[in-house]
Amino acid sequence: MMTCKQATTLMSQAQDRRITFKERIALRMHLMMCSGCTNFNRQMDFIRKAFRRIGGDGE
Amino acid sequence: MSADNAEELENRIDEGALTALRGDMVRFAALQLRDAAAAEDAVQEALTAALGAREGYAGRAKLKTWVFGILRNKIIDVLRERIRHPTQSYDDDIGTDDELDDAFNQRGFWRKEERPANWGQPETEFEKGEFWRVFEACLNYLPQNTARVFMMREMLGLETSEICTELSISVSNCWVILHRARMRLRLCLEENWFDGRTPP
Repeated sequence: MMTCKQATTLMSQAQDRRITFKERIALRMHLMMCSGCTNFNRQMDFIRKAFRRIGGDGE
Repeated sequence: MSADNAEELENRIDEGALTALRGDMVRFAALQLRDAAAAEDAVQEALTAALGAREGYAGRAKLKTWVFGILRNKIIDVLRERIRHPTQSYDDDIGTDDELDDAFNQRGFWRKEERPANWGQPETEFEKGEFWRVFEACLNYLPQNTARVFMMREMLGLETSEICTELSISVSNCWVILHRARMRLRLCLEENWFDGRTPP
């Protein structure tokens, strides 16, 4: 199984590139079992939204 | 009211609206340039350009979005100029980062006390001025080169490939730098903002 360290790396990269189907499946499996990484994943989306706010979009 | 007066009034409103955005613009520029004087200059140039191109605006987008687009380009120009005269290689930031690796145990799973918390409905924090003060402090706390790469990605919206070309770093190093920036930022926000708050 994917480790949390690998999962966080992948979640961060998902913000910068299109992750592959295989990666997406492995990540989803991990997230089903890991609350810490599930929280991390939501936090990544939140951080992106915060930057959009600062940049004058999305209000 | 004559046509001239109407036009003059419209112009005044435009200038008023632009002045109201000035504070946000300076903060946006200062976070990326980390230099108050350079930030003021970039904002002044962007506002001058915006006033000059007022007819080109024509309400196509929200005023703030349009003006920030102009400012973004000014900041990119300043950063390009700085990149041409680098003081330090960006690859210097690559290496092990013990502080961040400590979040995981030897098997690569979160240590119990390091496990990311549930932030509840964090978007509601956007309405609080104090939240943004903490957010900016956390960004300013990032190491300089890490921050530079991260801001180019998140605040200027450049693609990773463009950033690595500009900074002459490999794509994989770019990803490593961005990942570390996000790890640090989320940790800083959790410790300094979300920890003291019970999720709704």
